[in-house]
Amino acid sequence: MSEVADVPVHMRRTAFDPTDELARRRAAAPVSRVTATMGQVRFPTWLVTRYDDVRAVLSDAVSFSNANEAVRAHVAAALGEETAARVELGGPSLLSYDPPRHTWLRRLVAPTFTVKRMYRLRHRVEAIVAEHLDAMEVKGGPIDLVEAFALPVPSLVICELLGVPYDDRAGFQRRGEAQLDLELDFAERRAVEEESRAYMAELVRRNRAHPGDNLLGTLVRDHGDELPDEELVSLGILLLVGGHETTANMLALGTLLLLRHPDQLALLRDDPGIADRAVEELMRYLSIVHTGIIRTAVKDVTIGGTVIKAGDAVAVSLPSANRDEAITDDPDVLDLTREPTSHVAFGHGNHHCLGAPLARLEMRVAFPALLRRFPGLRLAVPFEEIEFRSLSVVYGLQSLPVTW
Amino acid sequence: MRVDADRDVCIGAGNCVLTAPEVFDQAADGLVDVIDPEPAPHLEQSVRDAVVRCPSGAITVGGPGRPGS
Ligand code: HEM
Ligand code: SF4
Repeated sequence: MSEVADVPVHMRRTAFDPTDELARRRAAAPVSRVTATMGQVRFPTWLVTRYDDVRAVLSDAVSFSNANEAVRAHVAAALGEETAARVELGGPSLLSYDPPRHTWLRRLVAPTFTVKRMYRLRHRVEAIVAEHLDAMEVKGGPIDLVEAFALPVPSLVICELLGVPYDDRAGFQRRGEAQLDLELDFAERRAVEEESRAYMAELVRRNRAHPGDNLLGTLVRDHGDELPDEELVSLGILLLVGGHETTANMLALGTLLLLRHPDQLALLRDDPGIADRAVEELMRYLSIVHTGIIRTAVKDVTIGGTVIKAGDAVAVSLPSANRDEAITDDPDVLDLTREPTSHVAFGHGNHHCLGAPLARLEMRVAFPALLRRFPGLRLAVPFEEIEFRSLSVVYGLQSLPVTW
Repeated sequence: MRVDADRDVCIGAGNCVLTAPEVFDQAADGLVDVIDPEPAPHLEQSVRDAVVRCPSGAITVGGPGRPGS
């Protein structure tokens, strides 16, 4: 489980921890150069490592654009313009829009993801979690926790919310994983993107004809005129992939982390009252999204004393920011009872995670329920055999064999 | 303490509602609604946390507000 040398610095981790190199840069060179990877293309980008600087970049939508211009330019130089049009997950959407377009679209979907709406979903999430735990109990260990629990729970939740048939999961789970894979070359990426768009276009078509009682249906009913099909397709893909891959990896990686810290695991199992702050601490500690979208500076701007030129690519390290002394005392210690921090694991600024209230709800329900149902939960293979997934937008586990 | 929130800036992330539910809510459009613009002193720390956790910088606090706070 040693660090892999050709993984870019901002994605290098040893199991749960960001590489020491990030701590060194935070101290000595808080804004420095790294080489980023996308498919077969390598390109230079700035890497911002300190908490305050990361927040400064993410909250400055005037100086930093999400429109992928810098990445697109590097890919175009290497592989041509047509290929460069494929750098966004699912096509241009919320995540790659800048204001005012971003503000417009974000406001159309915000009502669906409010904290209160999520409280109303709680019973349904509890039922989905219980069903999957029942199935695990019937089947008996050892089983792969990713396949039996971590992936299906958030997949089913986002399917119901969005209006995607859960029976189609084999296809969209495979495509979602591929779309987040930074090693995937551009020919394969293009094929997967086209498959995804064709799939989502069919769902949009069905909702145009008979708007369902779900997010796609609501958007068609309330904003059908403003939202062309292309827009609905891109947004649908973003929500579908963002809605299951992230939470799934948090559930799997978080469970493994707890199994390695039995005292912390016992705290959460024996006192579900700490679930809310435990989830915030797991989010901070694991920071599964390495950087989010690589921003493009649209004008010369100084961050942490370093001048960044217009047109430069800028990546912010979320794990590094969340392990900065500026955020909390002893940031490298996992403490589920810690006062909630203002971590940036869901990002910051105008692109702060739309699904954060949903992801929080899912994790607050799922972790305590899993630990209480199987108090003897343990790894079914030696820890050293667990494979971590590094070269992906979202850090996580391929599988997690457990028994009880 | 006097609490204000700029609905033109808010992105509806709900961090404020999770941090200080006594003071913030989200209206039907998902955007912030300050339900207690002059919170009692024991709520002031959670309001300050909400200011820091608000991703869009929509929340501002100032004085005076209710006497003694
Ligand atoms: C633990 C789970 C999750 C984590 C760690 C996470 C992380 C993030 C991060 C870091 C960003 C900001 C990216 C950037 O600024 O470049 C983001 C944005 C986003 N997330 Fe999540 N997310 C999670 C769950 C979800 C869920 C469940 C959904 C869908 C329902 C979702 C949908 C989105 C969307 C649509 C955006 C783009 C928002 C915008 O551009 O305005 N996420 N997420
Ligand atoms: S935390 Fe900020 S952006 Fe989010 S709902 Fe509250 S005021 Fe709006």
